[in-house]
Amino acid sequence: MASTERPSKLSRRAMLGGLAAAAPATGGSALARGPGNPANQPPNVPDWSKYLGEGVAVRAYGKPSQHEAHVVRRDVEWLTASKESSVSFTPLHELDGMITPNGLCFERHHAGIAEIDPADYRLILHGLVDKPLIFTLDDLKRFPRVNRAYFCECAANSGMEWRGAQLNGCQYTHGMVHCVMYTGVPLRLLLAEAGLKPNAKWLLLEGGDAAAMTRSLPLEKALDDTLVAYRMNGEMLRPENGYPARIVIPGWEANMWIKWLRRIEVGDEPWHHREETSKYTDLLENGKARRFTFVMDAKSVITNPSPQAPLNHRRGFTVLSGLAWSGRGKVARVDVSLDGGRNWQTAQLDGPVWDKALTRFYHEFDWDGRELLLQSRAMDATGYVQPTKAELRKHRGVNSIYHNNGIQTWHVKTSGEVENVEVG
Amino acid sequence: MRGVVLGLAAVVAVGAAAEPRRQKLDIGREATAHEIAGWDIAIRPGRGLPPGKGTVKEGEALYLERCAACHGEFGESAGRWPILSGGSGTLSSHDPVKSIGSYWPYASTVMDYIRRAMPYGNAQSLSNDELYAVTAYVLYLNDVIKDEEFELNRENFAELKLPNEPNFIQDNRESAEKEFWKDPCMANCMPGEARIAGRARTLDVTPEAGKGPKVE
Repeated sequence: MASTERPSKLSRRAMLGGLAAAAPATGGSALARGPGNPANQPPNVPDWSKYLGEGVAVRAYGKPSQHEAHVVRRDVEWLTASKESSVSFTPLHELDGMITPNGLCFERHHAGIAEIDPADYRLILHGLVDKPLIFTLDDLKRFPRVNRAYFCECAANSGMEWRGAQLNGCQYTHGMVHCVMYTGVPLRLLLAEAGLKPNAKWLLLEGGDAAAMTRSLPLEKALDDTLVAYRMNGEMLRPENGYPARIVIPGWEANMWIKWLRRIEVGDEPWHHREETSKYTDLLENGKARRFTFVMDAKSVITNPSPQAPLNHRRGFTVLSGLAWSGRGKVARVDVSLDGGRNWQTAQLDGPVWDKALTRFYHEFDWDGRELLLQSRAMDATGYVQPTKAELRKHRGVNSIYHNNGIQTWHVKTSGEVENVEVG
Repeated sequence: MRGVVLGLAAVVAVGAAAEPRRQKLDIGREATAHEIAGWDIAIRPGRGLPPGKGTVKEGEALYLERCAACHGEFGESAGRWPILSGGSGTLSSHDPVKSIGSYWPYASTVMDYIRRAMPYGNAQSLSNDELYAVTAYVLYLNDVIKDEEFELNRENFAELKLPNEPNFIQDNRESAEKEFWKDPCMANCMPGEARIAGRARTLDVTPEAGKGPKVE
């Protein structure tokens, strides 16, 4: 495991390899950089200050620096039976601000990525409507559109942590969340175009992938803030995120955000399909299971430091950084504890604080080099306070899989190494 | 539901300013019944069943050929692929097994899911009769159908009930967990120093650490 390697060992390896960054090829850790190449450092003048670099349009679609090649989505191989029905995780520890770059948004597919030719894209809207309609992609783009940034979190994010600390890295414990600026049509405009029958109460959303993914959506939410989105961060959706069109259901579990959207059926009752019965229902200790647990409860995580992003400076001025979000509205406040939840200080929210969007927080402190037990606790505009894992287990037991929003603890050692732990 | 109420208020305010009210925009065209029929494959409790029929015996042959490699000959699962049968009485245990028979609430869900997503990698390839047959066999593996001569069809499908249907409840987090709406403690919130009770390293299943254990 990369995160157990001592920084000194990695520095040595980086020096031997002649790399500027010590991040191992597969470990996903941004550990201490090596000393680099003295020939490029003052008072010497490096090559890049002497010779011409590549010209314009050589990189027709720009990519990150070659030195950031370790900043990628990663999967957990033992988690699923196949790559086509699996998940990859956003490297939250390598990002800042509140917007996720398109290429790093976590993926969850049930039958692989559908590669759809936009010329063949069709969306059918039918059921309890006055006039069933069929739209092309160009049709969707003609509708009035809005731009909104929303977090998208898989209900199973942190699902592997119900029984205890298991994975070392916020990429794996919390990386099934991303936040991008969507451009799309409010779903209520499409529904108005078709005309709803008086007994319309639920919608079935269906994808065009080889799982024909479906979820039932209450009409109330469809008429509220739900979008049919076709752009993320300005450009067209990536294939892995539903190109050319997906549903965006702000604040609600990502499984409902049907990608490659091909059909919307209006009905009077939920469909009780596989993804809302055998999956995405929350098994409680007494054997009963909650269904239609759509809203994502308020949650937060410290992204830096974290197991993949240790504190290499050993002591002194330190900025602790993290993300908070709530499916019920805006983040109202985030508190941070350095002593495992005994005492708390209010962190600073920075950048946009938007409805149902990721919100960045910072906390500055002088690290004296002693061990720390870091926690963050989000509060939202409704007054909901993110619970401890013990509080959550008291209500839910440990069999739920989904909706684990318990407070995360990172143990920072005197070496600066960080481990995922639970505190008693 | 206070969060939902707040959210609605915000959206209405923004929406009113940004989007002038419009009547129909005349975008798109009417979908034909033929177009809809090709894509409308949804089955739900009491509705959407296609015409067709199939017996448990016919389903067994199909299942062994197209399903058993992943799900096991008796639905017990091969490797990490989903388990289909067994697990009765385990839901309140430490190791719940959520199979069709032990967990799923509706038989219509089984038929719908097979119709839209199975066989994995060759979805929407079964004929309606094959669909009835495979569904009948999978329900036979779960003791929902007990007679291997049984023929499942659109007329008798509604008689099938899955035992766990009564054990699903609506989302009640906002009442059951109302103590999470509170004034949070800021100082001396718990007695004594925090003690580490569990470590991820003990399990050592983070990727790049080598092969981890099998999970479902």
